[in-house]
Amino acid sequence: MLQYIVRRLLGLIPTLLIVAVLVFMFVHLLPGDPARLAAGPDATPATVALVRQDLGLDKPLPEQFIRFATGVLRGDFGRSLRTKRPVSTEIAERFMPTMWLTVAAMAWSVLIGMAIGTLSAVWRNRWPDRVGMTLAVSGISFPAFALGMLLMQIFAVQLNWLPTVGADTWRHYILPSVTLGAAVAAIMARFTRSSFVEILQDDYIRTARAKGLPETVVVVKHGLRNALIPVVTMMGLQFGFLLGGSIVVEVVFNWPGMGRLLIDAVDMRDYPVIQGLVLLFSVEFILINLIVDVLYAVINPTIRYR
Amino acid sequence: MTTATVPLTSTASVRTPWTEFWRKFKRQHAAVIAGVFVLLLVTLAILAPWIVPYDAENFFDYDSLNARPSWKHWFGVDPLGRDILSRLLMGARISLTAGFVSVAVGAIVGTVLGLVAGYREGWWDRIIMRLCDVLFAFPGILLAIGIVAILGGGMINVIIAVAIFSIPTFARLVRGNTLSLKHLTYVEAARSVGASDWTIVMRHIFPGTIAAVVVYFSLRIGTSIITAASLSFIGLGAQPPTPEWGAMLNEARSDMMTSPHVAIFPSLAIFFTVLAFNLLGDGLRDALDPKIDRR
Repeated sequence: MLQYIVRRLLGLIPTLLIVAVLVFMFVHLLPGDPARLAAGPDATPATVALVRQDLGLDKPLPEQFIRFATGVLRGDFGRSLRTKRPVSTEIAERFMPTMWLTVAAMAWSVLIGMAIGTLSAVWRNRWPDRVGMTLAVSGISFPAFALGMLLMQIFAVQLNWLPTVGADTWRHYILPSVTLGAAVAAIMARFTRSSFVEILQDDYIRTARAKGLPETVVVVKHGLRNALIPVVTMMGLQFGFLLGGSIVVEVVFNWPGMGRLLIDAVDMRDYPVIQGLVLLFSVEFILINLIVDVLYAVINPTIRYR
Repeated sequence: MTTATVPLTSTASVRTPWTEFWRKFKRQHAAVIAGVFVLLLVTLAILAPWIVPYDAENFFDYDSLNARPSWKHWFGVDPLGRDILSRLLMGARISLTAGFVSVAVGAIVGTVLGLVAGYREGWWDRIIMRLCDVLFAFPGILLAIGIVAILGGGMINVIIAVAIFSIPTFARLVRGNTLSLKHLTYVEAARSVGASDWTIVMRHIFPGTIAAVVVYFSLRIGTSIITAASLSFIGLGAQPPTPEWGAMLNEARSDMMTSPHVAIFPSLAIFFTVLAFNLLGDGLRDALDPKIDRR
């Protein structure tokens, strides 16, 4: 098991390295001179030269990359061009609201999605299946930003049950996490259903039924456990979807998280913040996938020896 | 490669792949309806400049600002006095083009990469799959935002960003199929009679991957339309006054309280369009290959 984890960790290094190079190159791919960008539009040539020297932009690219990479490893992403504060501080303030939003969305969507998927599989081609799958295909087709606006209009503006924007209390989390999780719940429902339908046709399910077990025991004990194995891997992928999706949802609900920060930074061309956030989002995603793969190996031993 | 295809003489009793596909596809009513809807939408989008009741960007009906749907304006009027139906029809051109072009580019590049990776294996495979890993490492819309941040806003750059975003999905899919197809007996038979790599890939492996690519193509168009609209919604894609659906929703946000219909119609337009492509994709999958993974 340990060997498997170590092997997977080593396998991540090239990917992480390429991601870091891409994020580093980002500044140089932007149109225009990064030093001028950092110095601001009204800076004199002398100031620009000074900024260039200060940020090390006059050094050869490999040297700049090493400087960037060692900085990142120490948690130093440079300073925001807009607020002049360290990027790490900017991001740290915004980290938890996004984290909790994603976790809340993940929790409800996985539970509801798996429940709908299971019910649909058990009552395949009957009305619970039709209702469940209609909901699911609608869920993946409704864009999050439109759903967010609609929910806000109904529950916050018309009915006045829930707050519109901000992230102060748990009530603030309801609408954004429902918006963010809807598509994931839909995907989980579809995936669980197809996984379950396949399992329910297996021989051991027939055996369990043949020996006279009640249908509930067959479904829960023999079916659910095995159907969940592929569903676990799916969860990892969906977490990435949530991280990406949170960017749009945070814009709708004016959420004080990393997604909102990213869009503001893109608007302001505040590239150190963009770099820091893009790197953080992707590293988070890569690590979550690693954890999911390890969990998968715990559930299913055959993976480890492949 | 000397044997020509034997001409088929009988018609009714022979099951060609096409008739077989059609027989299975037409049983799925939701998918057939979705297909008809897509065709209708494409026709409307093509004809839009000639059939719109009003100019989508430059006609302002100052007498009926924020007007609800009526006979004069079927979907109502926005706060600037523009006819929403006209804007939606013109917007359909943008959204459908963005969805189709970006997925087509992504599918072509991804399929070529997948064929090379799966057929060659070894270094080619490792490099291409590493590339896909890297593209996959940026969750969801983040990759597209990064690309747009570099290239700048606007619909063309959004299409490029969404195309790049689609490449790894197709590359992995085609690679997987290629790997399993290339060890089948008929491919080995082709190789043993001296067929070149090009012939083997193009005549014997590529056709075997088409079914999966077609299914993903339809499902991906839905995703891409949403991604492109999302980018416009957050202000990185089409800019006002362009009647792009996501941009229209963004404009409608500030007037949500007073005139919700300005937001509702673009939302429904995106929803029904994406729903149609998803239902079509589901139907194609069930008709072409029930074993293709559900995403």
